[in-house]
Amino acid sequence: MTYALSDFTPLATEIFLLSMACVVLIVDVFISDERRVVSYVLSQLTLLVAALISWSMLGNDTQVVLSGTFVSDPMAALLKTSILLVTFGAFLYSRSYLVERNIFRGEFYVLGLFAVLGMLVLVSAHSLLTIYLGLELLSLSLYALVAFNRDSGDASEAAMKYFVLGALASGMLLYGISMLYGATGSLDIAEVSRAVATPGEQGILLVFALCFVVTGLAFKFGAVPFHMWVPDVYQGAPTPVTLFIGSAPKIAAFAMAMRLLTEALGGLFADWQDMLIILAVLSLVIGNVIAIAQTNIKRMLAYSAISHVGFLLLGLLAGTTEGYSAAMFYAITYALTAIGGFGMIILLSRAGFEADQLDDFKGMNERSPWFAFMMLILMLSMAGVPPTVGFYAKLSVLQAVIHVDIVWLAIVAVFFSIIGAFYYIRVIKLMYFDAPEGDEPLAVSPDLQIAMSLNSLAVLYLGIFPGGLLALCGAVLT
Amino acid sequence: MDFERFVFYVFAVILVFAAGRVITVRNPVHAALHLVLAFFTCAGLWMLLEAEFLAIILVLVYVGAVMVLFLFVVMMLDINVSPLREGFVKYLPLGFTVALLIFAEMFLVLGVKNFGAEAVAIPARHGADYSNTRELGSVLYTDYVYPFEIASVILLVAIIAAIALTMRRRPGTRSQDPVEQVAVKREDRVRLVKMQSEEKNG
Repeated sequence: MTYALSDFTPLATEIFLLSMACVVLIVDVFISDERRVVSYVLSQLTLLVAALISWSMLGNDTQVVLSGTFVSDPMAALLKTSILLVTFGAFLYSRSYLVERNIFRGEFYVLGLFAVLGMLVLVSAHSLLTIYLGLELLSLSLYALVAFNRDSGDASEAAMKYFVLGALASGMLLYGISMLYGATGSLDIAEVSRAVATPGEQGILLVFALCFVVTGLAFKFGAVPFHMWVPDVYQGAPTPVTLFIGSAPKIAAFAMAMRLLTEALGGLFADWQDMLIILAVLSLVIGNVIAIAQTNIKRMLAYSAISHVGFLLLGLLAGTTEGYSAAMFYAITYALTAIGGFGMIILLSRAGFEADQLDDFKGMNERSPWFAFMMLILMLSMAGVPPTVGFYAKLSVLQAVIHVDIVWLAIVAVFFSIIGAFYYIRVIKLMYFDAPEGDEPLAVSPDLQIAMSLNSLAVLYLGIFPGGLLALCGAVLT
Repeated sequence: MDFERFVFYVFAVILVFAAGRVITVRNPVHAALHLVLAFFTCAGLWMLLEAEFLAIILVLVYVGAVMVLFLFVVMMLDINVSPLREGFVKYLPLGFTVALLIFAEMFLVLGVKNFGAEAVAIPARHGADYSNTRELGSVLYTDYVYPFEIASVILLVAIIAAIALTMRRRPGTRSQDPVEQVAVKREDRVRLVKMQSEEKNG
């Protein structure tokens, strides 16, 4: 067996990212602490160039290379580009936070780049083996990042919980994969889907495998009832890490669901639709209701993430191209909104002070009207109020669900997102109508200011002109 | 019962016993040794499946390196395990019931019907000149080169994470400085003290 160079060109993004991650790792050893910013700049450049490479592959035809373990298709190109750009944003927010807390070290960015590599592998997986390996690469880097602030007891506890539950979830997924292999005799997604289309006598065995696969997926998504780790990890992890975990991996999880459920197990649609309906309804209910009781904004955003996952699953379970593209649009725009939401916590924090309580947002309008307005946009987008992008994301998902005649599910979703609007609007009320507790003006570094403004304005812009991205999400799936 | 089946059951019984002892014995060193036993019997089972290379690797890597390291750590760390095991008896009835239920359910689904000799063909026997290692090697770096590379990146991440999370420079840490060690002179280390010899008693 020989490989030609053309077998490797579809992997250009991954190869570039891996090489650069190793370069950053080596460069970081040789520079002094004062010039640590070099690692940071190098990582950011890497992400930008990698995003350009994967964007340039958007028009290419679908190609399966390396003995059927890797696929390069338009969906992969779009998702990779958005993962890379979202991570770029996440790194932008992280710098000042890390510098102020004396944990501005090169390993943060190296581990972050490896996590991104794991996500890219996951997005382009065409074999169950690659899916599993990509997931492990992503998870392992994230466990280390959560524990990154070694002096924080909360962070260590969060990392431990994340690690144990994540290992359990990986085990579940792996068991499901092994059953699939037993039933179909192959790990290749195309062959699995061929075998699933004509199940014969092994129908029950395939459903059995499906249960474990869905459980593993739900763990990674953080869908109820597999959501227990989400609030603790979001709260315990350093805020830049929370920001990272809460954004790009959601896009990767969406890609994983697409590869596993629709591509490999599309023949079992009727079975996994029922499972996803249960997960989606529970996520919407628990996420939105429990978020009301939170006083810590990181925890509140964690429960909000759970409810957003419920919405994302709605798009998947519709089972139509419209539904998948709606879910993809939802995943990408949610990631964009989430980095803004957590970025605002970083913006309000300073050395020795974490602005992670709801009360810290009191009277923000008096301290900085501009950033209060930015937060207003982000909160409205999460609540799904026009003219922000969250509205269109929710609308297109609901449309997809109604078009497949599951109207009751759409009603449940709307009802609970109205309940959910309460806690987003409460933040707005605190910012605009309450007196501030401290009156010192916000001291924010310029790069953070620009990042924050661009991020929120992008949310607003995509809300007013959603057509481009929506059309792109539809186009890459057909 | 032919001899091969007899060997299988002997290994299987020892494996289940050893695995059970790993989680039930009180002494962590004993638990680690039982794990070694479990690995050995497992390697025996793999031999029966004609996976000789994997069986040898299991003994060499897991028993020879990983478990020895593990034993070292267990002996070095003086962990008092009794508080960690407090809930064991309390949760045993519930855990046992759940495990039994899951086992029964899985048995019904996975039983002989799906994975029995009728459903899955028995793999062909290979001759004595068939090289297991060669077959593995011929696909590992060709068909599976991409998964293989990702696995190596995962190991790299494990190294980086372990170092990033544990290596720190504390002010009082003692470390070697080879330059100073080489440049050391006799005067730095040895001090000659002139003492008056004591007088002999009596």
